[in-house]
Amino acid sequence: MMTKDPMISIRKLYKVFGPTPSEMMQHVLHGLGKEELLDQHGHVLGLQDINVDMQEGETTVVMGLSGSGKSTLIRHVNRLIDPTAGEVLIQGENILDANADALRGIRRTQMSMVFQHFALLPHKTVLDNVALAPIVRGDAPETYKKDALHWLERVGLSGYEAHYPHQLSGGMQQRVGIARALTSNAPIMLMDEAFSALDPLIRTDMQDLLLELQKELHKTIVFISHDLDEALKLADHLVILKDGKVVQQDEPQRILLQPEDDYIVDFIADINRARVLKVRSIMEPIKLDSFVGQVDQEDTLEDVIAMTGGDTSGTYQVLSNGQPVGQLDLKTLMRALVRTQASASKRVI
Amino acid sequence: MATYDKLFETLGLTDWCDVNKSGGPMSMADLLKQAKGEDASVDDTSFWETPFPSLDELNSACPAIPKSRDFTDIVENSFLSIKDPLKAVLDPITQPLSWALDGSLWLFEATPWFVLIPLLLLAVFYATRSFGLVLFVGITFLIMAVIDHYVPAIQTLSIIFVCTGFSVILGVPIGILMSRSNTLQKVMIPILDMLQTLPTFVYLIPLIFLFSVTESKLYGIAIILYAVVPVVRLTDLGIRLVDKEVLEAAHAFGMTDRQKLFKVQIPLALPNIMAGVNQTIMMSLAMVVIASLVSAPGLGVLVLRGIRNLELGVGLVAGFGIVMLAVLLDRVTKKALARVNAAQKQ
Repeated sequence: MMTKDPMISIRKLYKVFGPTPSEMMQHVLHGLGKEELLDQHGHVLGLQDINVDMQEGETTVVMGLSGSGKSTLIRHVNRLIDPTAGEVLIQGENILDANADALRGIRRTQMSMVFQHFALLPHKTVLDNVALAPIVRGDAPETYKKDALHWLERVGLSGYEAHYPHQLSGGMQQRVGIARALTSNAPIMLMDEAFSALDPLIRTDMQDLLLELQKELHKTIVFISHDLDEALKLADHLVILKDGKVVQQDEPQRILLQPEDDYIVDFIADINRARVLKVRSIMEPIKLDSFVGQVDQEDTLEDVIAMTGGDTSGTYQVLSNGQPVGQLDLKTLMRALVRTQASASKRVI
Repeated sequence: MATYDKLFETLGLTDWCDVNKSGGPMSMADLLKQAKGEDASVDDTSFWETPFPSLDELNSACPAIPKSRDFTDIVENSFLSIKDPLKAVLDPITQPLSWALDGSLWLFEATPWFVLIPLLLLAVFYATRSFGLVLFVGITFLIMAVIDHYVPAIQTLSIIFVCTGFSVILGVPIGILMSRSNTLQKVMIPILDMLQTLPTFVYLIPLIFLFSVTESKLYGIAIILYAVVPVVRLTDLGIRLVDKEVLEAAHAFGMTDRQKLFKVQIPLALPNIMAGVNQTIMMSLAMVVIASLVSAPGLGVLVLRGIRNLELGVGLVAGFGIVMLAVLLDRVTKKALARVNAAQKQ
C-alpha cells in the first residue's frame, strides 16, 4: 500500500490564529496546549502537528466535531489558508514554496473544490457555473461546452444548463457544485462538508453518486465531514480530528475494531457495526477443510447474518473474486458486533 | 471698561496688552453706546451677566489678543493663498466636466422634441421592460411640454445624466478601493459624512472663488461632490457583503484578482451599486435647484425666479415639475434595480 508516493502529504502542520502567530509557535513547540495558549497569550491553536498522507485515487475523510479544525485543514491543501509552520506536499512539491502565479496554476489544474453551501455564482447560468474552471483558465467556449454538458449529465442534471442556480433545489445545486469540480479535470477534489447542508435522503443519494463517480474516476478526494456514518461510507482512509490534533487515522474498519482512544470509543459507540464492518476485517486464515457456506470478503456482517438466517454456529469460507482467501467463524462475527474498548495502554483514566 | 480688565490687571499683563494699542475703528456696539449717550467706560454688567471669555470679549480688555474676526480672516487668507496653485491644478482636470455638461445640454436642446421624447421612452423601456412606466414617463413629458416647461425639464435632466455619470465613474472605483482597505475606509467615511452633511450652499462658496461663475463645471462639481457619496458608500458595502464562500470558490478555482473583481465581486454587488446610483440621482436632483444660484440652467432657475420675484405660480409649478422628474427617475431606476435583483436572487 505504501509503495507509491502519496498524492497529498501534510507534514508537521501547525496553524495559530491571532495577531502574532509566528511568535506563538515557540510556545506551542515547547508544549503549550490549546487552552493554555488561549488563556495566557490570547491566540487560538487551530491545528497542531498534523501529519497525514493522502494516497492517489483514494478518498480521505477528515472527520471531527465543529471546532476541531477540519475545515481549516482542508483549506491548507489549496492554501486558502497559509499555515504557521509545516509543509503541504502535492505530488512531492511543497505548495508553500509556490509564488502567486504558480499557486494559481496549481489551483486551476491540480485541484477543485466543492463547498458546503454550494458557492455557485448566482448571476451565471448552470452551464457557466459548471464551466467555471475552464472559463477561469481562459479556454474558448467551444472547447469546454461539451465537457461541461457531459458532467452535467453525469450528475443527472441534463436539460438544466440554461437555468440559474436559484431556480434549483439545494440537492440540485450541490450536483452543479460537483459537476463544476469534475469539469476542472483536476486529479484532486476537495469537498468541504459538501453534503452537510442537504436533507438526509438527498445526502444518501449524493453519497451514492460520489461513490459511483469515484469508482470510475479514481480522483484523490479529501472529504470533510462531521457525520460518522457518512465518513465510514465514503472513506478509504479516515482521519479523526479533535481540538486541532489527529486522534487516530487508519482504514475505517480498523478504527472500528481497534479504537486507540476513549474519545474514538465514544464516537463510534452509536454506530450500527453490523452494517459497517466487513467480512475481510474480521476473517481468519484458512484452517478448516469444510465449510457450511461461502461469503464474499466485501460483504457486511449484516449481509452474513441475513444469509445465515440467525444461526450463530458454523464457519464460512471467505472468497475474493471467487478465490478463497480466509474463513469466518460466526462466533468471531458475534464478538465483533460488541462495542470495543480502547486498548488499555491508551486509555484515559 | 470691559469685564476682563481686572483679570489682566491682576495678572500684571496691562503693559503687554497695551503695547500694540492703536486707535482702530470703533465697533458697532461702541458706536451704539455712544449714540445712546452712555459712557462706554463704565462697567455695568452684573455678576450674572458675565460674558464668556471669548476672543472678542478678551480683546476689548486687552487689545493684544486677536479678535474672532481675525480667525475667519486666517481661513480666508489661507484659502486665497492656495487658490492660484489649486486653480492651476483643478482647472485642467475638471475641464472635461464643463465640456460634458455643455455638450450634453447642447445635444438635448438641439435634438427636436419629437425625436428626443421617443428616444427617452425607448431607453425607459429598455431599462425596465414595463409599459406602465413608459406610459407614465410619456404623460409626464407631455404635461411638461404643454405648459412650456419642456426645455428647462430636459436641461435639468441633461445635467443630472452627466453628473450621475461622473459620480458613477468616480464613485465605483473609490468604493472598490475602500472595500479592499480598512484603512482607506476609515479615512474616507468621515470625508463622506462631511460631504453629505455640509450645507449645500457651503459647497458653492470656495467654488465661486476658484472658477468663473459662467463655467458650467462650477455647478457640476458642486452637484457631483454632493451626489457621489451614496454610490461610494454602497459600492463599498456591496462588495464587502459578497458571500465569503463564493469568494473562496473564486480563489479555489484560481481566479486572478481582476477576474474576481469583474466576474464575482462587481456582479454580486450590482444590486447595492444600483441602489447607490438611484440615491445619487435623487441627490443630484436636489442639488440642481441650489446650483441654479450659480448659473445652472433648468427648472431650478424658475424656482429661483419664483423666490426672487415672488412669482408664486412660477415657483410652485417649476417645483412640481422637479417632483415629477424625481418620481420618474426614481421609479425607472428602482424598476431597473428590481430586474437586476430578480436575475440573481439567491
